[in-house]
Amino acid sequence: MNMEASKNQSSSLPDSTDLAKKRDLMQQRVARSLKRRHAQEKRFKLIGMTAVGAALLFVVLLFTTILSKGLPAFWQAHISLEIYFDEEIIQIDDKPVRMDGESEAAFNDRMLAWRTQLGFINFNRLILEAISKEIPEAPEFQRDAMRLVTSGERFGLRKMVEEDPSIIGTTQRLWLLADANVDVWMKGNIDRDLPDSQQQLSARTRAWVDDLEAKGVLKNRFSTALFMNPDSRSSLASAGLAGAFMGSLMMMLIVMFLAVPIGVASAIYLEEFAPKNKITDFIEVNINNLAAVPSIVFGLLGAAVFILWFKLPLSAPIVGGLVLTLMTLPTVIIATRSTLKAIPPSIRSAALGIGASKVQSVFHHVLPLAIPGILTGSILGVAQALGEAAPLLLIGMTSFVASVPATPFDQSTALPVQIYLWQGNELRNFFEARTSAAIIVLLALMISLNAVAIWLRKHFETRW
Amino acid sequence: MEQPAMGAMQMTFDEKKESKPASGAIKMSARNVKVFYGDAEAIHGVNMDLYENEVVAFIGPSGCGKSTFLRCFNRMNDTIDIARVTGEILLDGRDIHDKKLDVVQLRAQVGMVFQKPNPFPKSIYENIAYGPRLHGLVDNKTDLDEIVETSLQRAGLWKEVKDRLDAPGTGLSGGQQQRLCIARAIAVSPEVILMDEPCSALDPIATSIIEELIDELKGSFTIAIVTHNMQQAARVSDKTAFFHLGDLVEINETREIFTNPQDSRTEDYITGRFG
Repeated sequence: MNMEASKNQSSSLPDSTDLAKKRDLMQQRVARSLKRRHAQEKRFKLIGMTAVGAALLFVVLLFTTILSKGLPAFWQAHISLEIYFDEEIIQIDDKPVRMDGESEAAFNDRMLAWRTQLGFINFNRLILEAISKEIPEAPEFQRDAMRLVTSGERFGLRKMVEEDPSIIGTTQRLWLLADANVDVWMKGNIDRDLPDSQQQLSARTRAWVDDLEAKGVLKNRFSTALFMNPDSRSSLASAGLAGAFMGSLMMMLIVMFLAVPIGVASAIYLEEFAPKNKITDFIEVNINNLAAVPSIVFGLLGAAVFILWFKLPLSAPIVGGLVLTLMTLPTVIIATRSTLKAIPPSIRSAALGIGASKVQSVFHHVLPLAIPGILTGSILGVAQALGEAAPLLLIGMTSFVASVPATPFDQSTALPVQIYLWQGNELRNFFEARTSAAIIVLLALMISLNAVAIWLRKHFETRW
Repeated sequence: MEQPAMGAMQMTFDEKKESKPASGAIKMSARNVKVFYGDAEAIHGVNMDLYENEVVAFIGPSGCGKSTFLRCFNRMNDTIDIARVTGEILLDGRDIHDKKLDVVQLRAQVGMVFQKPNPFPKSIYENIAYGPRLHGLVDNKTDLDEIVETSLQRAGLWKEVKDRLDAPGTGLSGGQQQRLCIARAIAVSPEVILMDEPCSALDPIATSIIEELIDELKGSFTIAIVTHNMQQAARVSDKTAFFHLGDLVEINETREIFTNPQDSRTEDYITGRFG
């Protein structure tokens, strides 16, 4: 029967010479157009390669600048001092120990009193004494001498005593953080030929620094302060990223635990279950529009809703997290929906045809196939939120916070905001490198997030 | 237009009839079924009976509505938002659109094999085990293993895959995949199997294997098969239904349709004048 059909198709043919002429003409035309086509292809390839090359160049440029500027900041000037915890200076009662039958409150009161007592002790005298061992004339020039060590270190010594009072009366060799200006001078980040009036350190201190560096007392060592300390404005050398890092981490977790489930759930509902009507069309258009809304607008919304209405605290990661969640939701929804759209419908029919309910077909078959795409979309959304500073401006996260947040309700800042704050610090010579170091930390966090996304994608990928 | 009124007629001249248990019981019947896509009417009131242990082939030119009509029998058209089905379809005398009848239950009774082999991207074992497990047909692993084995055996796939049940079902050849899908469909022991051009994506050898399989399966199932291939319809079916532009033009014993069509459109189609 099929043979009959094909016979019927071959109807009357035009006469053969005509056909040959026509074919010739066609061939010529094709040949003529070839050159143009090849040129076009070459041109397009060239443009593409130039674009990729330019992009690569800028990436390399970006990374070299940031790395060359930021990496030195991971090593910071430290001064090695023999601190004698002099019992003459540290005159303090024994650290209170909780006695049998003593109430919690009573013990806390005694502890507080002891701490207050400790607070009155001038630990700078220990430092000055230690410096005097290296520089005999130091006591005569206390101001110059104290510029060697960053002001925050006296609290470090106090903390050591507070944690372990038995240290009193002993001598410890410690690496203390040098002042930020000492670091700048040692690294040559300031012009050494500038006159005294324009130098941050006095001529005497500068001479001492060179001297101590030659003796190995001043040394660039790996800076744990950068990672362990919160931001600081009084003791610039000890300014660190811990507060911002924790703030960012908390916000990231909030975004992950809110935006991803809510976004994925709404995407699944909209894509698989919702009837296609005007209302869902309207919702879809709005989600797409929300993805294009400038992030600072979300900050405004967050300030109005979460802070003014819900009375959540200012500058808190919880508010930042919620704002970033709102910002990330459209991204997650759109990514998830497009992944679900890409799952072949034959899988759905197969499941339905065997008697699976709609929910079963989605959760047993469609979702497992969509997981890699959903994960990638979500993680990219979270990474984007992590690097966002604009919405945080409006909920008070740009303020200076000198503590590491313990809960999402504590005041905190975030990594991108910290970068912005350090970028604006007056001691440019010191903070330029520190800013780049913060950028490196942020980039490292982002790259590891993306690496996780890629790994998950490879891990869950199934072929069909 | 002829109405299908030859339900009770038992033909005597088809050699296939000898092997077929004489049944004559109506398994499913459609009465005045219309399907609308939006406002467009795709099926214009079709009546048809599917008899037990009988293979009915649906033939007709592309777009004539044969697949759409086939999908009415297990309500697969429900999954298309704009599709709407009216009329009455009975399974063992019970309306399948009855609110009390869950579509899940219907599809456990009326299985389907699709045009393109669509195994789940899981192991061969999981492909078969999914249905029985879903419907809670088995209590333990041994029973499930048995169902998997018998289903694969009935689909003629057991010998080829028994050593690699954990291999992905998608790694099989096209013909094997389609037999896997048939095995998956019969694993939930349905009563009716709908096949929507099951061989259109397969080579001739795989096609002939599936055709033999259909011949075997009709001993236990009622089968409706949509096909583009008229030889296939002639080979596998007891009855043939010819659709044209949303109408059921003619349904009769297969030999009768191909040798003595009653309608001129049927004749034109099977002699290759259109389609």
